Amino acid sequence: MNVKITTPFTKEEASKLRAGDIVSITGTIYTARDAAHKRMLEDYEKTGKFPFDIENAIIYYAGPSPAKPGQAIGSAGPTTSYRMDAYAPKLLDLGETGMIGKGARGKEVIDAMIRNKAVYFAATGGAAALISSHIKKAEVIAYEDLGAEAIHKLYVEDFPAVVVNDTEGNNLYETEKAKYRTL
Amino acid sequence: MREISATLITEEVSKMCISANYFLNKDIYCALENAKKEEVSPVGQEMLSQIIKNADIAKENNVPICQDTGLAVVFVTIGQDVHITGGSLKDAINEGVRKGYTEGYLRKSVVSDPFIRVNTKDNTPAIIHYDIVEGDKLKIEIAPKGAGSENMSKIYMMKPSDGIEGAKKAILDTVEAAGPNPCPPMIVGVGCGGNFETAAILAKKALLRPVGSHSDKEHIREMEEELLEKINSTGIGPQGLGGRTTALAVNIESFATHIACMPIAINISCHVTRHAVCEL
Ligand code: SF4
Repeated sequence: MNVKITTPFTKEEASKLRAGDIVSITGTIYTARDAAHKRMLEDYEKTGKFPFDIENAIIYYAGPSPAKPGQAIGSAGPTTSYRMDAYAPKLLDLGETGMIGKGARGKEVIDAMIRNKAVYFAATGGAAALISSHIKKAEVIAYEDLGAEAIHKLYVEDFPAVVVNDTEGNNLYETEKAKYRTL
Repeated sequence: MREISATLITEEVSKMCISANYFLNKDIYCALENAKKEEVSPVGQEMLSQIIKNADIAKENNVPICQDTGLAVVFVTIGQDVHITGGSLKDAINEGVRKGYTEGYLRKSVVSDPFIRVNTKDNTPAIIHYDIVEGDKLKIEIAPKGAGSENMSKIYMMKPSDGIEGAKKAILDTVEAAGPNPCPPMIVGVGCGGNFETAAILAKKALLRPVGSHSDKEHIREMEEELLEKINSTGIGPQGLGGRTTALAVNIESFATHIACMPIAINISCHVTRHAVCEL
């Protein structure tokens, strides 16, 4: 099914999605990779605050290449998600409702998604120039010293993704692989 | 003695860093198009369409195919009758990487230490492999390599009794474990034999071979074909979302080894396997 999603992305909206749905996302999302996740959670421990409103937020695991003059952003495809598994359950417990990346998630993250009514989307790994054409605005809002790993606030239009893990624990990577396996 | 200036090397390396990252090589592009025609999974087909469209956009707009423009891996084949003037070869290459990654708006993805992770901000140092041969030519190959697929790579120090079947199993297991992480369709580079480090370098070198080429050793060629068929039967498919196109190629290189050794290194790469060459 093709579904249009807008942000803020509520738990109700998340609960309607099923693994395998093709979505296009419009609205504000935030980038964060390993280093930004680590720092965000360290800062939260100290100040009780995040650099953006985590409630109903979608985090995109990405570190873009530099923008050329005239571009909103450089190439910006997803990075491999399992590196964020150590941090994701905590963020989900604190209100994050969507994650975009590539590759499978660990059990603790999947459990946290079910518990908190959140979903995990896959964007097409390596399709970074195509994905960038859906990013209309980009601004670094925290940790500028991290370069590509800084937190970027993005405004996206019809950002293409697929639901991999839904709020009921379905996992598209597993079900689809089994369907086509002939080994 | 033939003289080659360091400035020329820097220029060429810089240009190659940019072109390798903007333009997908034709062999991979064609393999993707063929795979799309044969892919049985509708989601898999959609993924392949996006990947092909992405390569077209990158080429048209002169932008990186993938945001992970990688570590700059450089293979240098230098004739023993070549003399580099105006600086060292290593500095000339690193300067080329610095220039290319800066002027080409490529991502700087290098940290200076594995534990104290401070970005070097210019994507240096490059990883350079040197080979000294006869003659007076200098060949430089650039293969920028992303981390998503690099992190899925493995080396096995197997026993000779494990044999070719054991090696095949190790390769298949590695691909299965990688699953969706290295942005399939993958290109699988394998190095068999040598010792610990030689196997790994051979695996990396195998990735430089065009998709569709085969080893000229009969048993290795058979191994390449059988493994490609098996890998494409795992069901992983494009982006791990199911289908027949899990790998575009399995390229295997082999070398002599010790009587007690059978190292097998598997270097996983993705559909953005980059490679540029120049000969001076
Ligand atoms: S694995 Fe390849 S295609 Fe995927 S993000 Fe890394 S460099 Fe890009």
